[in-house]
Amino acid sequence: MNTVFKKSTPGREGVWPAKPGKAAPDLLPAGLLRGASANLPSLSELDVVRHFTGLSQLNYGVDGNFYPLGSCTMKYNPKFAETVAALPGFTRLHPMLPQLKGAGRLCQGALEVMYETEQLLCEICGMKAFTLHPMAGAHGELTGVMIIAAYHKDKGNKKTKIIVPDSAHGTNPASAHIAGFDVVNLPSKDGIVDPDELAKVLDDEVAGMMMTCPNTLGLFEKNLPRIVEMLRGVDALLYYDGANMNAIMGKMRVGDAGFDVVHLNLHKTFATPHGGGGPGAGPVGVSERLVPYLPISRVEKLEDGQFFLNYDFPKSIGYVAPFYGNFGVVLRAYAYILRLGKAGLVRATEAAVLSANYLRKRLDKVLEVPFDRVCMHEFVASACNMSECHVRALDIAKALLDKGYHAPTIYFPLIVKEALMFEPTETESLDTLDQFADDLIAILAEAEKNPEFVTGAPRTLPVTRLDETRAARNMELTDDL
Amino acid sequence: MPYVPHTPEDIRRMLDVIGAPSVESLFDEIGPEMRPKRFDLPEGQSEMDVLAHMEALAAKNVSGQVSFLGAGFYDHHIPAAVDALSMRSEFYTAYTPYQPEASQGTLQAIFEYQTAVTRLTGLPYANASLYDGGTALFEAAMMSVRHTGRRKLVVCEAVSPIYRVMLNSYTSNLHLELVTIPHKNGVCDLAALTAALDADTAAVIVQNPNFFGAVSDFSNLFASARAAGVVSIISVYPVLQSVLKTPGEMAADVAVAEGQSLGLPLSFGGPYLGIMTCNKALVRQMPGRVVGRTVDGQGRTGYVLTLQAREQHIRRQKATSNICSNQALCALRALLYLCLVGQEGLTRTANLCLERAHYAAERLTAIPGVARLSGSAPFGNEFAITLPVNAYQVIDKLTSRGVVPGFPLGRYYAGLENALLVACTEKTSMESIGIFAEMLRGSL
Ligand SMILES: Cc1ncc(COP(=O)(O)O)c(C=O)c1O
Repeated sequence: MNTVFKKSTPGREGVWPAKPGKAAPDLLPAGLLRGASANLPSLSELDVVRHFTGLSQLNYGVDGNFYPLGSCTMKYNPKFAETVAALPGFTRLHPMLPQLKGAGRLCQGALEVMYETEQLLCEICGMKAFTLHPMAGAHGELTGVMIIAAYHKDKGNKKTKIIVPDSAHGTNPASAHIAGFDVVNLPSKDGIVDPDELAKVLDDEVAGMMMTCPNTLGLFEKNLPRIVEMLRGVDALLYYDGANMNAIMGKMRVGDAGFDVVHLNLHKTFATPHGGGGPGAGPVGVSERLVPYLPISRVEKLEDGQFFLNYDFPKSIGYVAPFYGNFGVVLRAYAYILRLGKAGLVRATEAAVLSANYLRKRLDKVLEVPFDRVCMHEFVASACNMSECHVRALDIAKALLDKGYHAPTIYFPLIVKEALMFEPTETESLDTLDQFADDLIAILAEAEKNPEFVTGAPRTLPVTRLDETRAARNMELTDDL
Repeated sequence: MPYVPHTPEDIRRMLDVIGAPSVESLFDEIGPEMRPKRFDLPEGQSEMDVLAHMEALAAKNVSGQVSFLGAGFYDHHIPAAVDALSMRSEFYTAYTPYQPEASQGTLQAIFEYQTAVTRLTGLPYANASLYDGGTALFEAAMMSVRHTGRRKLVVCEAVSPIYRVMLNSYTSNLHLELVTIPHKNGVCDLAALTAALDADTAAVIVQNPNFFGAVSDFSNLFASARAAGVVSIISVYPVLQSVLKTPGEMAADVAVAEGQSLGLPLSFGGPYLGIMTCNKALVRQMPGRVVGRTVDGQGRTGYVLTLQAREQHIRRQKATSNICSNQALCALRALLYLCLVGQEGLTRTANLCLERAHYAAERLTAIPGVARLSGSAPFGNEFAITLPVNAYQVIDKLTSRGVVPGFPLGRYYAGLENALLVACTEKTSMESIGIFAEMLRGSL
């Protein structure tokens, strides 16, 4: 489809405001004004509606397609959460209203939502306090590691390293590095963290360790109690990557299990659709000893039930966001938690784990599952049967697209060859799981007879496989290059 | 249970296939010492009850005020079609476009967004979005540090104090030196900024219009920076970029922006949009997702995520940034906004903002004791005034009468306790400006 710029017809009226009485040249010196026009398109509203409706139809999304993209928790998110986030009483609220002295009273409802959400997340995770400011999972990681750095600095500890298991998501080492630490890579054994390997890299310079639990293989880290003990021994803090919180709600609380810092991906577990890449929200919870270092501001409740923002925390790491994080995403999470309640959250976790194990069992006869034991909310298979690779993960992924499914996550985690990571989520019915398993089994059978069937996929989509090398070489990043 | 479709019969069938006696048995690896000490959450509620509760909370926020509060975050009109199109589930319920053949809609939209924002800033390259204008400024600073291998950042004090505090937090463990050059009555001190550039300087960081609303031409500063091997970073206000001299025309290296003004509601601070554009020399230092155009096996045009060797999923700790999820839907909204208002609509919007702000400045400074902080320096849609009393006094009085008069500059700038920052947009009516002026006159 042509770009929207190619469809521009000069003179066509869009959603224009009234004509102003004065223009920039009447009010500002010529030297401050732009020379050439920005050359934005001229289109009617219908032109724009047709163009973007057409574009949307080139996409797969959860509402139309089963989307078992591991680690991403592509579950169905209820529509009422959108109604909540669109309430004008929230959308029209200027973020600086609370800073107008004595005017915290102008936004009591919003502050109450923030306060109550923090309380609920504390209870779900067993943490002492939460900040809602981080704007995505990776941003939560960075915030969490900055808090770890501030803790050690305050105690006068000389700590330079963060340990990250080799199964971790790429954001973990990247966040630790950006917060100023050296990253120590920890090899896993039998799919999980091995205390003996940990002992080899653990020393007094270790500030903390980032863990994902269940890890990115979907496996529970059963040596956790031992790991907690080992880290405490060198005054290192344990960080929990909560992207997989949907696997443990009500079954484990990270604070009770000994973690000091946790980030959650509200956009995975708590009702915000992914939006084609974001926005999300990555609130961070901490144990009692880390509370002084949380970002400012913090929302507090007074004796009389009024809410206010407190900026007076001298040990705080400062601002990580301009205001209070992605408030619109927090609204959805809050409403979703209220809707599900205690039993609903536990049911969501149980159903997610049940579905993943069911799909694993339906597929482990046709795909190698390197760690074929009870998994949590997801599992990782390999396209390689033992040491032989007849078919690549990429090819299986493309063949699934032809059948109307989004592909699983492929080539992650890095420690499994030709990895295919499936996360069916709690919202998919047994019929959907069965149909998907049947179709995938049929694809693999066909691929055996006729490899071209998968290597030539996809065939039914708007484009076939794209030339990524050419894209990187030509760097055509805009319509003007 | 809402949203979980399994019937008891389904569950039994699934457990049979798994070979597990119960759902609970799937959690056996979580030992007793790791089990929750408590899990005291409220009972679930019906959709109707939750909505009623949320509406009641929304109603606890004051509404219907006439507001002159901006400070970098503005209440612009959002065409209805922005909501309608961005909420299409094919956009909204998709993940990051990892499978390009099934994501051409998202990918082409991001490509078009990249095109639109480069046309606004006049710099040729853009990424797919960052979290907000503040993290975008930090990422730009880190690009300059990697590009130059230098560790000093020279920042104008008239850059948003919010962004400067963020920069401070993020760089506190990175052994970088932040040098802040004081503003002069709300205007950047170009001579002092130029004088501060030296062989250790990675970047000079300015904002246009700056936090006080003042508009400048930074061409000479950026030329001096280039001569000293210093990267020029500028934060801009996208709506006004339809009329103001562009970062490209000033020969900046990196231009970033808070994209909230392009079709995103204020929403109490987020989700917003971090816009990032740069020149060719810095493309490979950019953080985050980037979409590029290419062809498929049959020569048809298509779009993919590209230059991924910069990113965390490939490079891990060596990546240019840790960002993974960004603000894709907000970028889509910005693109929709720009397409719906178009060239003429955005120019009109900018001119209306300027016209209203200049009228407001005229009316307010006609009040005895009220003057512009920056004298006759040029400004955009926002300006600072000095009052004969503490700004908080005026804010207290006027907000209780339904007018939010602006932002108290003393909140961030010592010595400016009597200064108020006043913003207008195309939504600010001439009448409301008159009411504000009369109310202010009466309150002094
Ligand atoms: C395990 C894990 N950690 C961290 C992240 C990063 O989260 P976000 O994309 O919200 O930054 C993700 C998601 O991609 C993840 O799956």
